[in-house]
Amino acid sequence: MTYSKGGRCLPSFTALATILGLALAPLVAATPAGAQDRTSVKIGYAVSKTGANAGGAAITTIPNYRLWLHDVEKNGGLELPDGSKLPIELVEYDDRSSAEEVVRAVERLAGQDQVDFILPPWGTGFNLAVAPLFDRYGYPQLAVSSVTDKAPQFVQRWPRSFWFLGGGSDYTGALASLLSAQVEAGTINNKVAMVSVADGFGIDLVSAARPAMAEAGMDVVLDRTYPVGTNDFTTLLNEAAASGADTFVSFSYPPDTFALTEQAQVADYNPKVLYLGVGAGFPPYGRKLGDKAEGIMTLGGIDAKNAQNMAYRERHKEVTGEYPDLWGSVITYASLQMLQEAIRRVGLDREAVSAELSGGTFQTVLGETKLQDNRLRDLWLVGQWQDGQLVGVAPADRPGASEVILPRQPWK
Amino acid sequence: MTLTTALIAGLVLGGTYALVAMGLTLQYGIARIMNLAYGDTIITAAFAAFILQGGLAVNPLLGLALVVPGGFLLSYLIYRLILSHLVARASDRGALEVDSILTTFGLLFVIQGVLLVLFGGNYTSYSFLNVAVDIMGAKVAANRLLALALALSIGLTLYLLLTRTRWGTALRAVAVAPQSAALVGIDVNRAAAFAFALGGGLAAAGGVVISMYQTFTATAGVVFTMKALIVVIMGGVGNLLGALCAGLLLGVVETLVSTYVDPGLTLAATYAIFLVVLLWRPQGLFGRVAR
Repeated sequence: MTYSKGGRCLPSFTALATILGLALAPLVAATPAGAQDRTSVKIGYAVSKTGANAGGAAITTIPNYRLWLHDVEKNGGLELPDGSKLPIELVEYDDRSSAEEVVRAVERLAGQDQVDFILPPWGTGFNLAVAPLFDRYGYPQLAVSSVTDKAPQFVQRWPRSFWFLGGGSDYTGALASLLSAQVEAGTINNKVAMVSVADGFGIDLVSAARPAMAEAGMDVVLDRTYPVGTNDFTTLLNEAAASGADTFVSFSYPPDTFALTEQAQVADYNPKVLYLGVGAGFPPYGRKLGDKAEGIMTLGGIDAKNAQNMAYRERHKEVTGEYPDLWGSVITYASLQMLQEAIRRVGLDREAVSAELSGGTFQTVLGETKLQDNRLRDLWLVGQWQDGQLVGVAPADRPGASEVILPRQPWK
Repeated sequence: MTLTTALIAGLVLGGTYALVAMGLTLQYGIARIMNLAYGDTIITAAFAAFILQGGLAVNPLLGLALVVPGGFLLSYLIYRLILSHLVARASDRGALEVDSILTTFGLLFVIQGVLLVLFGGNYTSYSFLNVAVDIMGAKVAANRLLALALALSIGLTLYLLLTRTRWGTALRAVAVAPQSAALVGIDVNRAAAFAFALGGGLAAAGGVVISMYQTFTATAGVVFTMKALIVVIMGGVGNLLGALCAGLLLGVVETLVSTYVDPGLTLAATYAIFLVVLLWRPQGLFGRVAR
């Protein structure tokens, strides 16, 4: 039934577009691409504006693309090495949360629209789906919203791909060592109750967490998965409460994270460590819970003393109407700043831009930013809500880290 | 977790399913419209409750009194302006089913598009009545309990109305034999429009209650349509009591499987019981064999 979504006129429209494309192709190819003849820089992206991924894309990706485009426009355009500035011409597609659609859209951006740069889609799976295309057409891929332990291999395979959010074992390793330090300090027992969503993110994280917990001497007494779309967690929470674990960990998606939070309050379930998945770093989460959020931990976090980041947060609020989330958003924006700066340094040649992204040092909203082997390694791996702010608590030796406060206070 | 606790948790979960499904069974069973935009009506109501609660500080319970008539009216207009034309031109039931599926499939995207423009694709949630109520040792969220209570009271009231009143008899006559119903002086079109609108009102009630405890997005409607469809078919198309029982049954099975087997298998259990019911009684638990 899916085909009828686009209506029956789709084949004829595609045919028409193809004919037009063929007719125009020689013209486009004949145009010299020199900066002096250009009137704009074409930037394109395909992102999930509708469908199952829309919720995530609407938090981490789309607002930052909008903010960046807004900032570039205010700046008078993208600056080139000769000091001239060109406005951005935007080509935007909705991939409707379908992997086939995102591949088709990127193919179209590269082949038909012939954009100068393509911004990545939202999600680990989607970034992997389009990586071969970015590589084939020679576009640098700033894969931000993708968590994968395989990034080093991907960099080998696709040398122009850049991975900004680390891998599952980074996050779970940091969590496990944080927990074992707390066990040593006598704050908590070494038992962990762990639940995860049976989908990409949950599977990746929990498979990384199992060995990490074992290595850190933590005893996983409950390890359960649940299907996507589950909204009743009564039984899971009851089991977790009965397991005697002081630590509750969930690798969950936003709706599950919200439901778990609500239902833990109803069940008056008070583990000493409450670590929840994606969604616990969304600003409305902290706002809605108020004092009750204190002590809840999740992936990500920020350094609340970093002035650039705090200024970015205010600007994000001003332009998009909402504060950015406290994990991927700031990194998305920083990756765009890197692209902008690389273009200013070396121009619109995609090969040169890729090389600059890979080797250069940049001033971004994260502070001084430099990739290692095409990967961003300076990340906040565990964050904790403290005084209404999700602050980074691990790695503890990173400048700007806050001290973790445990045990978490019970719900009031 | 004891068996009683699991059963209570299951009934409460099933209450939500039943509440969501009863409107669809009215629309499909009596008005004969397979409404694929049903879930989007629920989401629209959820957003309406969210706005009333967040923007205007209206208690969601009071919101029910505003949103439910709104859902009724909107569905009535949709039937009168769009669907009645399909009914008028359909040669038989099969043709109407195909036409209504295609039309409401389009409607789904219209509603979704409007919601996306108005609210964006973000997750939306607020919490209301998220307090524990103790029932025989089981801690149950008051908002979910409300869903169960609403499902039971609406279901039983409508059931009594349908079986005990003249008006209800007319509606059932339309459900069973629309052609013959006209012969005995029943205004079939009016009855169908009313049933469709009533279904919309029920969907709105479901939406308001669900918004109190579940996170929703502008594009989440289809999930509700699917769940409701399973419950409707299991219970027997057009049968309110069937939808009620099937919804509760589904909730209990999911909770029991999650407690005693594995939470990962709840979805599999849903479809397994759906299959079993269809094999055993293809017409649904309470359905009559089609003539």
